[in-house]
Amino acid sequence: MTIVEAGLQPGLASGRIDPPSGRRGVLVATLGLWRTRIGLLLVAVLVGIAVIGPLFAPYGGTEFVGPPFTADAPDTLFGTDKLGQDVWSRFLLGGRTILLLAVVSTLIGLAIGAVVGLVAAYNRGRLDNVLMRTMDVVFAFPNLLLALVAVTTLGRRSWVIVLIVAFTAVPRVARITRGAALGVVERDFIGAAEALGESRSHILGREILPNVAGPLLVEANLRLTYSIALIGALGFLGFGVGLNQPDWAQMINENRPALSTAPWGTLLPIFAIALLTVGVGLVADGLGRAIAGVDRARPT
Amino acid sequence: MGIAKFVLKRVLLGVLTLVVVSIVVFALTQALGDPVEAILGREAQPASVAAMREELGLNRAVITQYSDWLSGLVTGDPGISYTNGVPVLEVLGDRIWNSLFLMLVSALVSIPISIAIGTLTAARRDTAFDSTSSATSLVLASMPEFVTGLLLIVLLATNVWQVFPAVVRIRPGEAPWVDVGALVLPVLTLTLGVVPYVSRVMRASMIEVLESDYIEMARLKGLPERTVVWRHALPNAIGPTLQVIAINIAYLAGGVIVVENIFNYPGIGLALRDAVTDVNVPVVQFIAMLIAAIYVVVNLLADVGTILVTPRLRTRLQ
Repeated sequence: MTIVEAGLQPGLASGRIDPPSGRRGVLVATLGLWRTRIGLLLVAVLVGIAVIGPLFAPYGGTEFVGPPFTADAPDTLFGTDKLGQDVWSRFLLGGRTILLLAVVSTLIGLAIGAVVGLVAAYNRGRLDNVLMRTMDVVFAFPNLLLALVAVTTLGRRSWVIVLIVAFTAVPRVARITRGAALGVVERDFIGAAEALGESRSHILGREILPNVAGPLLVEANLRLTYSIALIGALGFLGFGVGLNQPDWAQMINENRPALSTAPWGTLLPIFAIALLTVGVGLVADGLGRAIAGVDRARPT
Repeated sequence: MGIAKFVLKRVLLGVLTLVVVSIVVFALTQALGDPVEAILGREAQPASVAAMREELGLNRAVITQYSDWLSGLVTGDPGISYTNGVPVLEVLGDRIWNSLFLMLVSALVSIPISIAIGTLTAARRDTAFDSTSSATSLVLASMPEFVTGLLLIVLLATNVWQVFPAVVRIRPGEAPWVDVGALVLPVLTLTLGVVPYVSRVMRASMIEVLESDYIEMARLKGLPERTVVWRHALPNAIGPTLQVIAINIAYLAGGVIVVENIFNYPGIGLALRDAVTDVNVPVVQFIAMLIAAIYVVVNLLADVGTILVTPRLRTRLQ
């Protein structure tokens, strides 16, 4: 099978199995799915609110504008919150932190997980065993629990939260990368690269990594929804970064007691987090389907 | 013989996992972080810091602190609460059972629903029912539990309709099932977190079974499709999904943390948030180990269960 496949691949000489047209094919197929389009639209709107929303905030994040928990406070769009601050302004200001922390921690987790997975798949044997068993141990722990244990005495600092969230992403990314890479390390062009005396980092980064980019991209999107969920859950439980800083998850936590009388302080951030995670999830699903579809169409 | 050895191996691996988890929990709370600094703040008087270290036994060697804590855990004495000097087990008391009850009910509700939805969507593949349920589960699977739970409160307890209570009121010493209506939303939130994953795997497994030769055979014999699906295909399709079912039951052990806080349900999740807020390290450590132990045990049972219901794997061991 490998020989037939290699014979059919025009990109063999350059050491790549996926010719550029194949990758563009995935992109076209991904964008052709309605779920991807809706997902991208949702992500664009929510990221837009988080990034440029602060420019349109009518009041400061901690400015006192009226009596607390008043849905129809004068000169406000959505009323006031627990401390008499403007709900709409805090909503516009509150997306940046969660989005930034989630993206940074996902990228760190993705990088470490990919390295672990590639090394495990390429080396096999005992190193593979030790690495993957270690990953299993991390699996034996709910992510939120680990984060709560960490903030108990290390405190609610942003680096603590970023590192813990990144850490929880590593095992899944490692497992997915390893699984995808196991099929690649067997191929002829890896042997060819070894025979040419290429360095190990070259083989891992330039030969194997491009061929597992698809599954890794899907996983990146999935990990991003989990990171948003985890950082959001911490904020919701009252362990977000910074006291009284405008933040979607913390807004939910603070304004929830007035859900029936002044609902917008809770509803706006709930809708925002819901649509953001659903958007990223839809993109991940679209990508996954497109990659699986293109794989199936490939001659074997 | 083969099975006994396999079970023993898995139990040892589970114990090893818990030992590693205990090192991580201890390191994060007592070695990397400093309980005294977290309680008193950075500007505390050195004299009061020293006194508190002495009082809490934190001036001993780290390795002694760890081994004392671990042997306490094993012998059923996980320490004394920092906030009121009461033994940790007494602080938690009924809360452990309340949480286990919530997990159990959620598992009993969500697993049959997932299996039914997976089976139905597989039997009616590519119909409107199939695509609607696939889209719904995709949306539900992406949303964090606190978002699902709060949306349920908005929809069913406060702003839109007021069908179910938004908070659970269980007094200390009261059984969690005294007010069944109050349990609906917490259980529903956890169920919505499980069903998308389990039903998706169940659907895939079912499709594979329905395309196999012996199902074709049953159809050719003229059995009604309902009998073919539910009596012949279903038992064979469940085996491969056991692992995913277990992962999702284990997920419930973590899911209760958020859900209990949404609905004010008096279990270990609510206790955990309070303990983290108060830097009550012994309580945090114990709840962490308890949830990790539930995780490990559930996964162990799933591994053994998968072996027992899959003849091919069973014979390979012998």
